[in-house]
Amino acid sequence: MVRLNINKEDVEVDVSPDTPLLWVLRDNLNLTGTKFACGIGQCGACTVLMQGKPVRSCMTTAAEAQRFDIITIEGLSSDASHPVQVAFIEEDVPQCGYCQSGQVMTAVALLNEKSNPTDEEINQAMTNICRCGTYSKIRSAIKKVALGRGET
Amino acid sequence: MDLTRRDFLKVSSTSAGGLAIAFTIPSLATVRPYKMASVTNSEISAWLVIEPDESVIIRVAQAEMGQGVMTSMPMLIAEELEADWRKVKVEYADVNRQVLLSGIYGRMQTRDSDAVQLSRETLQLVGAEARERLIKAAAETWTVDPEDCYADYGRIFRSGSSESLSFGEVAGLASQVSVANVKIKTPEAFNLLGLATPRLDVPAKVDGSAIYSMDVRLPDMLYAAVVHSPVLGGTVKSLRFNAIRHMPGVVKAVRMESAIGVVADTFWRAKSAADELPVFWNLGEQGKTFTDTIKRDFFEEFSGAGEVMLSKGKIGYLMDHAERTIESDYFVPYLAQVPMEPLNCTVHVQDSKVDVWVGHQDPEGIVDAVSRLTGKAPHDIYVHNCFLGGSFGRRSHMDFVIEATRIAMEVDRPVQMIWTREEELRSGAYRPMSAMRFKAGFDIDKQLIALSNHSVTHSIRYDQDKSFQGIDDSSVEGLRNHPYSLPAYEFTHTRKNTHLTSWWWRSGGHSINAFAMECFVDEMAGAAGVDPIAYRRQMLADKPEYLDVLDVLEQESGWGKRNLPRGTAMGMAIHKSYGTVCGQVAEVTVDNGEVTINRVTVAIDCGNLVNPMTAEEQVEGSVLFGLSAALYGKLTVENGRILEDNLDTYGILRMHETPEIDIHWALSGADKWGGLGEPATPVIAPAVCNALYKITGRRIRSLPITDYYLQVR
Repeated sequence: MVRLNINKEDVEVDVSPDTPLLWVLRDNLNLTGTKFACGIGQCGACTVLMQGKPVRSCMTTAAEAQRFDIITIEGLSSDASHPVQVAFIEEDVPQCGYCQSGQVMTAVALLNEKSNPTDEEINQAMTNICRCGTYSKIRSAIKKVALGRGET
Repeated sequence: MDLTRRDFLKVSSTSAGGLAIAFTIPSLATVRPYKMASVTNSEISAWLVIEPDESVIIRVAQAEMGQGVMTSMPMLIAEELEADWRKVKVEYADVNRQVLLSGIYGRMQTRDSDAVQLSRETLQLVGAEARERLIKAAAETWTVDPEDCYADYGRIFRSGSSESLSFGEVAGLASQVSVANVKIKTPEAFNLLGLATPRLDVPAKVDGSAIYSMDVRLPDMLYAAVVHSPVLGGTVKSLRFNAIRHMPGVVKAVRMESAIGVVADTFWRAKSAADELPVFWNLGEQGKTFTDTIKRDFFEEFSGAGEVMLSKGKIGYLMDHAERTIESDYFVPYLAQVPMEPLNCTVHVQDSKVDVWVGHQDPEGIVDAVSRLTGKAPHDIYVHNCFLGGSFGRRSHMDFVIEATRIAMEVDRPVQMIWTREEELRSGAYRPMSAMRFKAGFDIDKQLIALSNHSVTHSIRYDQDKSFQGIDDSSVEGLRNHPYSLPAYEFTHTRKNTHLTSWWWRSGGHSINAFAMECFVDEMAGAAGVDPIAYRRQMLADKPEYLDVLDVLEQESGWGKRNLPRGTAMGMAIHKSYGTVCGQVAEVTVDNGEVTINRVTVAIDCGNLVNPMTAEEQVEGSVLFGLSAALYGKLTVENGRILEDNLDTYGILRMHETPEIDIHWALSGADKWGGLGEPATPVIAPAVCNALYKITGRRIRSLPITDYYLQVR
């Protein structure tokens, strides 16, 4: 049994402690918004927030995740209303969309840390792969959020 | 599967409570089980439902893989319908209905960037016919002449009256009336077409609620991981299931000819057991091959004659008498498509029917394949297409669907089979390898007198049909129909297959042939001492569609007009594919062996645009797809095995390497509705390589670029 805190709720799952968090989320908890794409921490499609920091859930075991608060794409908002999601919608970012949960989560973590990131800081944080090539729109969406914050 | 906006909202609102859905199998609202689409009062046609609440549900026959068909196809109907776009919802057309009603949706296969070309007129007529029926229904309600009524923004109006009826109010009657001689609009009358329109599938794709086939969850569902022969063509000699039988959750192992499926209660348990499963393989002679030996075999074909496909003039004589000749060999490796979502498919084989949940470009092909495998009638095969997490050609192959079905045939519950990225990259279906030899002869005035080309390419068709003879069109597309006016020429081709298997890859043979052709045309321009754009203009003098694109490209890129620092240069290329002419200028910098693409200027003519927003997205994405391949793309064979088996070794461009991309439409209008999902892909590699030549003095004739160490000359 592994005890986890996912999206502000305590849950117990019957998995071996070395099971990657990704597969606990997807197969045991049916939180399928977090995606499998490489399984080796390269692409970031499986990114979730652990204590607010972006982690690749395919490289994080259930045991490691036990002590921390985990937020998945499903826990970000109930209606795509998080400012980063709104900006992604307004910029019409996704194409196939498969990497976008991870992109959104990574962008959320970046903007939590740096309210107005430079292009270089965006490059360093946004290492997620998008095979469709939506990078310029992801960048615009991040800047849009930063700009929105500056005004308020 | 149903993909209406209403369901998107339903999905996100059920996830409102965070983990509220986490401990139950999610409701089937997200993955609707098949039900025969009944002809209800509100169904105007097989394509279109207008609900009493004014929702306009438009059915899409093509697969949404990121290219935006779930927005562009409905726009074609909504334009003619005079619908209120905000009321439009979208769902996939029912494949089973297509089977039962023999092709009611036309071709459901998505390929060749031709969704708009193929369906435009049909969908416009669907919208126009529905509009006329709504008008007629309203006119009957008012007992007036339909000629005095018109539709606008989701309502029917009466000329000279303030009366109006909503679509929803007359939809029931409209489904029963008939109309004739329906006409579609001329482009000047378009309100919606040509307007940058946000994609309808975006909200569900930023909150995790969009359902890809890997997200399908069914009661009692099992998972399967697969181990393929490490060498393509290898077969299973034996396996020891007893070694994994005791592992948690393991249900069974399904032995296939060259793969084993391991079935368990979760995917991770299936994969963990598959990793431990002892399997012994017959690898055969193909287990002794290397990239270098395969490549050598391709180049050896140049000593043979090849099959002539284009010829004019006495090439041998002209080359012998040329003042100067240049000869160059080009080469491209096998490549993988690498859609973000690894290949997967969920199948439930039951006594009376088979359900298949998959993201696929060819749902009708699945009906055939699964029907043949299971012996069930085509109308008992229910294909539930999902969003495709990328495809780039890979999700038109049947291999993974067939494997999932074979596993499911051994299990009495639904099974979701997932290939890990490693299994996918080892599974074949690669963009073909090709080698090409060009030779050009010039006279004393540096005028081209003859060009010869011999291409040697792995044939996709031969992989599918070993009795295939002759030249595979897909191997020579863009080469056999090159646009250049040449005084004399000979183009020959040799088919060359290996133990690897090949398949479609975004822009197919164009990606191979445009690279070699456009690089060699640059070499010819250099030999003639003429600017590359000016040189192409000379050879394209009778092709206005290319000249117009070249004009825009030259002007917008600042070609020849900008002072670029040492180590930076521009290169260009132009190519037509899928009915669209695309020219690109790449501004490239080389610094300490590092290649940076600063900017790409694109000039492109697809004739007309349905949705400029998705159109730009496609062009930008196509450039980056081609750029990843140009810089990093290769599959290396060692002892018959593919070395690049995940994203740490198969390079894909990331954000920090992404150039600025300026897209300029050079639209020629008229009846031209060219494709946009692919035409920008083949052009970037030659544009970049031609820039690299200017910087380094070195011709890049073999991809990927990062195989070279480049220095500023």
